[in-house]
Amino acid sequence: MSTEAVDATAAAHGATATVKMPQLDISTFDNQIFWLLVALVAIYMIVTRVAVPRIGAVLAERRGTITNDLAAAEELKLKAVEAETAYNKALATARAEAAKIVAAAKADIEADLAKASAKADAQIEAKTVVSEQRIADIRAGAMESVSEVANDTAKELVAVLGGKADAKAITAAVTARMKG
Amino acid sequence: MAEGDATGFVIKPMDQFIVKPLFGGDHIAWYTVTNVTLWMAIAVVTIAALFMLGTRRRAIVPSRSQSVAELIYGFVHNMVEEVTGHEGVKYFPYVLTLFLFILFSNLLGLLPGSFTTTSHVAVTVVLAMMVFVGVTVLGFVKHGIGFLGMFWVTSAPLIIRPILAVIEIISYFVRPVSHSIRLAGNLMAGHAVIKVIAGFATLVVASPIVIGAVTAIYALEVLVACVQAYVFTILTCVYLRDAVGDGHH
Amino acid sequence: MEGDIAEMGKYIGAGLAAFGLGGAGIGVGNIAGNFLAGALRNPSAAAGQTATLFVGIAFAEALGIFSFLIALLLMFAV
Repeated sequence: MSTEAVDATAAAHGATATVKMPQLDISTFDNQIFWLLVALVAIYMIVTRVAVPRIGAVLAERRGTITNDLAAAEELKLKAVEAETAYNKALATARAEAAKIVAAAKADIEADLAKASAKADAQIEAKTVVSEQRIADIRAGAMESVSEVANDTAKELVAVLGGKADAKAITAAVTARMKG
Repeated sequence: MAEGDATGFVIKPMDQFIVKPLFGGDHIAWYTVTNVTLWMAIAVVTIAALFMLGTRRRAIVPSRSQSVAELIYGFVHNMVEEVTGHEGVKYFPYVLTLFLFILFSNLLGLLPGSFTTTSHVAVTVVLAMMVFVGVTVLGFVKHGIGFLGMFWVTSAPLIIRPILAVIEIISYFVRPVSHSIRLAGNLMAGHAVIKVIAGFATLVVASPIVIGAVTAIYALEVLVACVQAYVFTILTCVYLRDAVGDGHH
Repeated sequence: MEGDIAEMGKYIGAGLAAFGLGGAGIGVGNIAGNFLAGALRNPSAAAGQTATLFVGIAFAEALGIFSFLIALLLMFAV
C-alpha cells in the first residue's frame, strides 16, 4: 500500500506531493544524488587544491616563524649573558690592573723615599763629620791656647816673683800639670 | 496552498523539504536544476569563498576569515589525528570535505526560506554509504582477511564469542543506517518542529509565545547543526580507526 | 469508516512512537550528567574525553531518532 502511495506521488509530482514525506519521494533521488556528488567533488577539489596546501603552508610557516623567533630570542639572551660575562671580566681585569698600578706607584714612591732618605742621611753624616772635625779643631785650638796661656802665665808669674825662668822647664811643668 | 481546509489553520511542516525544479516544469530528471542544486551550489560557493578568498593572503598573522578557515582546518585535523592516529591523517581531506559539506548545508538550511539538503535521506545515505564502503574496502586492503578479526572479540570468553560476533556484525551493518538517519532525522525534526510551532502564530493569542519558542528552538537548531556535523565527522573518524588502526581495540 | 479507523491508528501509533524520544532524552541526559560528574572530579582528564562523550550521545540519540522516524513514517508515508 505504501509503495502504491509513493508511486502515485511520483507520478503526480507537485500538487498532491504535500501529503507525503518528500524525503521518501524516490523520483527525486537520482537528481539529489547526482547534485550531491557534483557538490562533493567540487568541495573536495577546493579542499585538496587550495585549502589544505595553503593553510598547511601557512601553519607550517607560522610555526617556523615562531620557532625562529624563539631561537633568536634565546640567542640574544645568550649574547646578553655573554656580554655581561665579558663586562665582568673586563671589570675584574681593570681592577687588577689598577691594583697593580697602585702597587707599582707605591713601590716607586717607597724607593724614591728610601733613596731620598738615604741621601739625606749621607749628607747629614757628612755634615756631622765636618762639624765634628771642626769641633775637634776648635777643641785642639782651645787646648793649645790654654797651654800657651798657661805657659805665658807661668812665665809671667815666675818673672814677677823674681826668678829667671827657664822657658823649657816651665813648658814641661805646665804640660805635666795639664796632663795630670 | 490551503487546499480545501476551510478552517484556514493548516500546518504543513513537510512542505519545506519538497524538491522543486528551479526553472518550472514538473518532471525531475537526474540532471534537472532544482532547489537541491541551488542550495548545494550556495554551500560550495560559501566554502570556496571562505577557503579561497579568506586564505588568499596567506598571512602569518591571519585576518578574520583566514582564522575561521584555520580554525575549521585545525579542528578537523586534530579530530582526525586524535581519533585515528597518525595513520589516519592521510584521509584528512576526505573527512574535511564531509565536515564542510554537512556543516555548511546544515547552517545554510537554517536560513528562513532555504532548503536543507542534509535533511534528505537520499543525501545522507549517500554520505554514510561512502564512509561505510570506503572504510570496509580500506580495511580489507590494509588488513586482508584479518579485518574480519574485528568481529571476533578475543577479550571475551570463548563461549559467548560467536554470539558477540553476530551482534558485532549486525551493529557493523547498522552503522550506515544510524549514521545517515541520525543526520537527516535531527535536521528534519528540528525544521519540522520550527514549522509546526510557527504555524500556531496564526492564532493571535499564541503569537507572542510562538515568537519566543521559535527563537529558542532556532538557537537550539544552530547548536544541533554544528553538533550533528561534528558527530558525523567524528563517527567517520571512529569507523576509519577500525580500518587503518594498528590493533583491534 | 474503515479508513477513519486506519487513520486513527496511524496517529495513535505515531504518538506512541514519540515516546521513544523520551528514552533518548533520558539516555543523553544520563551520559552528559555522568560526564559532568566525572569531569568535575578530574577536570584534567575531561578534555581528552569530549570525543567519547559526543560519540556516546550520538549513539544514544540515534535510537531516539529511529522512533521519531517511525512516527514520521506513520504520519506521512503509510
